[in-house]
Amino acid sequence: MKPAPFAYHDPRTLDELIGLLSRHDNLKLLAGGQSLVPMLNMRFVIVDHIVDLNRVDGLAAIGDRNAAIEIGAMTRQRTLERDPVIARKAPIMQEALRHVGHLQTRSRGTIGGSLCHLDPAAELAGVARLYDAVLHVAGPRGMRDVKMADWSLGYMAPAVGPDEVLTGLTLPVWSEPHGHAFVEFARRHGDFAIVGVGCLLALDGKGMINRAAVALVGVATAPVRLTAAEVALTGQAPSVATFKAAAEHAEKLDCLADAHVSASYRQRLAGVLTERALARAATRAGGADVHR
Amino acid sequence: MGVRYFGAAVPRIEDPELITGRGRYLDDIRLPSMGEAAFVRSVHAHARIKRVDVAAAMAAPGIVAVLTAADLGLAGKPTPQFAPSPLIVQDRTQHVLASSAVHFVGETIAIVVADTRANAEDAAALVEVDYDLLPVVVDLATALDANAPKAHQDAPDNRLATVRAKFGDADQVFARAPHVFRERIFQHRGGCHAMECRGVIAAEDPLSRQLMVWSATQAPYMLRRMLASFMGRNENTIRVAAPQVGGGFGPKAVIYAEEYAVTLAALKLGRPVKWVEDRREHFVATTQQRDQIWDVEVAADNDGRMLAVRGRCLHDNGAYAPYGLILPASTLGPFPGPYALEALDITLDAAFTNKVPTTPVRGAGRPHAAFVLERLADSVARGLRLDRDAVRRASFVRSNQMPYTTGAKARDGSSVVYDSGDYQHCLDTAQRRVGDDFRARQAKARVEGRFLGMGIASYVEDTGLPPYEGASVRVEPDGKVLITTGAAGQGQGHHTVFAQIAADILDIPIEIVSVVSADTGRFPLGIGTIGSRVGVLGGSSVHLAATRVRDKAIKVAAEMMETAESDLALEDGRVRVAGTDKSVALKDIAARLDGFAAMPMPRGNEPGLSATAYHEGRATTFANGTNICEVEVDPATGAVQILRYVVAHDCGRLINPMIVDGQIRGGVVHGIGNALYEHMRFDENAQPITTNYGEYLLPTATDLPRIEVIHLETLSPNNPIGVKGAGEGGTIPAAACVISAIEDALSPFGVVINEHPVSPARIVELIEAARKRLKAI
Amino acid sequence: MSTARRITLRVNGRPAQGEVEPRRHLGDFLREDLGLTGTHLGCEHGVCGACTVIVDGVPARACLMLAVQADGAEVITVEGLAQADGTLHPIQQAFHAHHGLQCGFCTPGMLTTLAAFLAERPDADEAAIREAISGNICRCTGYESIVEAALAAGKILQSGG
Repeated sequence: MKPAPFAYHDPRTLDELIGLLSRHDNLKLLAGGQSLVPMLNMRFVIVDHIVDLNRVDGLAAIGDRNAAIEIGAMTRQRTLERDPVIARKAPIMQEALRHVGHLQTRSRGTIGGSLCHLDPAAELAGVARLYDAVLHVAGPRGMRDVKMADWSLGYMAPAVGPDEVLTGLTLPVWSEPHGHAFVEFARRHGDFAIVGVGCLLALDGKGMINRAAVALVGVATAPVRLTAAEVALTGQAPSVATFKAAAEHAEKLDCLADAHVSASYRQRLAGVLTERALARAATRAGGADVHR
Repeated sequence: MGVRYFGAAVPRIEDPELITGRGRYLDDIRLPSMGEAAFVRSVHAHARIKRVDVAAAMAAPGIVAVLTAADLGLAGKPTPQFAPSPLIVQDRTQHVLASSAVHFVGETIAIVVADTRANAEDAAALVEVDYDLLPVVVDLATALDANAPKAHQDAPDNRLATVRAKFGDADQVFARAPHVFRERIFQHRGGCHAMECRGVIAAEDPLSRQLMVWSATQAPYMLRRMLASFMGRNENTIRVAAPQVGGGFGPKAVIYAEEYAVTLAALKLGRPVKWVEDRREHFVATTQQRDQIWDVEVAADNDGRMLAVRGRCLHDNGAYAPYGLILPASTLGPFPGPYALEALDITLDAAFTNKVPTTPVRGAGRPHAAFVLERLADSVARGLRLDRDAVRRASFVRSNQMPYTTGAKARDGSSVVYDSGDYQHCLDTAQRRVGDDFRARQAKARVEGRFLGMGIASYVEDTGLPPYEGASVRVEPDGKVLITTGAAGQGQGHHTVFAQIAADILDIPIEIVSVVSADTGRFPLGIGTIGSRVGVLGGSSVHLAATRVRDKAIKVAAEMMETAESDLALEDGRVRVAGTDKSVALKDIAARLDGFAAMPMPRGNEPGLSATAYHEGRATTFANGTNICEVEVDPATGAVQILRYVVAHDCGRLINPMIVDGQIRGGVVHGIGNALYEHMRFDENAQPITTNYGEYLLPTATDLPRIEVIHLETLSPNNPIGVKGAGEGGTIPAAACVISAIEDALSPFGVVINEHPVSPARIVELIEAARKRLKAI
Repeated sequence: MSTARRITLRVNGRPAQGEVEPRRHLGDFLREDLGLTGTHLGCEHGVCGACTVIVDGVPARACLMLAVQADGAEVITVEGLAQADGTLHPIQQAFHAHHGLQCGFCTPGMLTTLAAFLAERPDADEAAIREAISGNICRCTGYESIVEAALAAGKILQSGG
């Protein structure tokens, strides 16, 4: 299974890169390659040009900005897994990364690649949505920001133009103490999530929920925030009943159906996993163990 | 002479090359001027070919040739039938390259030869094929209906054959039996998915004009025979060798259109041609197993003893029958399994469909038969409110009935006789290992809202299939020993096992034994590696040959040292006079027997300290076992976790317990794959839709428990080393065992599972359906 | 359209070079241009793991890297796990002692994956080892003997072996 021929470019600077994007069409950007190269090998993708991002300066860095973390698009998943800033300030990303492919794919795979490939089941996209991340896009007309909520234009279609490139994202972190959980159901370890749920939960001094964020992947073409549930959770005591009620919002979502999985099964998983994620996050937030 | 290797966990002699990356697999072979091939394959499941235009392809860079059936002078001649049978109603075998019609997606239409595989693929994409689409047979359940579309346009219907297994008077037994239970059972198995795909290289030796073919095949001698027959050449003008083969599991024993095509292309082009299958080709064009629909019933007495089984199986044979009726026969052959049935009457209808042909995959039809028998046994237990193991105990053939004539007939018409085995003891052993606290733990877990289940499955396996395998053992003048055999390996450790046998008999260190195998140019006759036969037949041949070498060494040594043969024994590479230090080295005997110019040979001896022996598998020897497993099922998601898996099995004497453990464990994992993961799916146009490893799931390390294996040994009386085959015993009961466990876990919901594979989504469906049924009562 | 590129890299501690079409993946380059056929191709779509090699210290799928991307890289294949004098890596020794291979086709990828993993975590327990090799498919062994081998190799590495 060998790819069709293509011309190969490996720019060294962002300017060079954008120049290439403006000059050529029928091209694909090569980041980690863990999603693109299989498609090239199988000839599901046939393009005239491959533009390799791996040697472009300045696209892979993790910066602690106190209230936020800056992450370069070409930061390897493996680097994120081991980074102490992520561990301290956004540990849910590391919990989610355990489900992303396998250790060999995380050696090369990047967060930018995942966000731009935008598979409906992409865990990192779910984490970005959970934090209301801001994505940074560079093009011939300069830089612009896109909210993660506005990132998906449709199935595997990110809001980045043909002459633009994602350079990084800013993840606003939660300053207050909180619990987190990323729970996923897949056929085998490392497989695409059928449904995945990430949640952040903060409790007030009396142990009541005073902030909640719940994001689901795998249920729609883009990650979904369960905003109605988040509102309903706020002010509630963490309990099985509370989480079941929140999970009902997940069960009512309009879910994708495909040749392998029905919409109704996804809805069921959405409910079950939302309940479990909330319980685990609540326990980690310092509440009593709400697992049955 | 002491036994020191036989029965020992000797580390494998195959390993040193393989763990350092110095194995030689098919794709590692490169020859000067070698062309690399790619195939143009049908993109439709059933169509007439109107036109094949190769002009654009021929002009592509690096192209050597683009060849169709006409270019190879094939004139519509199909490939030969590997296993002719009078039961075949309409014989269909694939053409080397289709020219008038195609019958499954992936069927070969043209071969492109180029300087690189990438260039060959580029050119193949430029070949234009015009098709006239024809109606497609995709649904097995309706394939033999009167108004079904035809998988082959010129056929009256889709019937390949009807095969029947019958003994006793089933009608009578059913009529008088106090209990009858009916089940509809749906079984699916997928592909072999050896990690190495297929591949073949053909080249004409410039000096000898002999045609040299390397193939990642389980059956080099069969490949030679079929090539010779098809090309009208004498077998001795063709040499076939299998290099290191990365897994076989059945489908690499089939002789394929690609093997003929590459060979003919090499001859036509006058240069070596190599084709290596890629994984997508493996999904669509390597044979596989697939669907069977069973409607069966079992008659039982009040103690749960199974008396008779009757019913019908509808079997998907795919678009062609390259392997004759071997898979249907292997499906019916195992009945009655370990059970002393009074009667049996099963009819199997094999149907053509427009999908890739089906042929045996590890276990062949035996897992199917075991699944049916074990589901029926569980059905009896459920219906009579008995423990599942009680039904087995009541129904087993007893050890004091051995040798036991089952009533069934083998393929050659002879009576099937179980030679040895104690099935009760196997079940007892498995249960003892598992312990007796499961029901208590299950009850406690249910209170906590968790669902544990235990499954059980037993089987009998015919091993050491006829006709024969052979081996030569030779002591070289440097003292080293060379074993040459036709037996072909794909990872089973045959070389190690054969070396162990020879080293014991000749009392030499195993380090000086080497093995050459699977090459028709190095050993004259062989059959192939299928049906767990090579350890038995190959091992027995080595035993016989090494014994003859030992006897010859003693005879010559007796003359050389002027002493009686009875005073001599082999010890540490020498023939020694007992109780003295008078001895002669084997290497010196070997040199003597190789001869010296102008010096006469020792009288009465043929040259060479060597011997060749063929062991015939005349009387089948039967392995058996019981598997028990424990699972937890999460009814909220349908997820299944296998917590524990215990195998108690009897494959006779173990030559190398470590190797047998590996075969059993690996085999069980195939069965777990069939129970939970592997599903080769096609759409309504018979387009394969699971054609990559993201969509077709094989078990990985995180899906599996440790598999506990207990070996029992009842020696086979049917060969000189007392062994039975071990390659498939792990697979045969495994799917049944896992399904039995899931059903047990979900019994509070009233779920009955008569199918495999079951996915988590399917388990949820079954629970919902059972809930609805319970509500409706 | 495809102009060959010159690449220079280090493979198994020695300099290596080649002229490659951009579409050529690293696995084919190692096998065909350098004759290092130990790295195997089982699927060419990044799932089976047989092609795993170590690139700049981390395990990666050779079928998913273009050879041109390895320009300037340090690559270790299964052929480079043993020492120059032939002393096997502990994981190779352990595979032999514990029957961690049957047909040997997935083995190179298992060995490189485990060599890299155990270098970081020689004290990994069974669950962690199974997770580490969850991206390597074996169709022969059922994985248990591989896990045993990895546990044994881990012990040797922990004791400074």
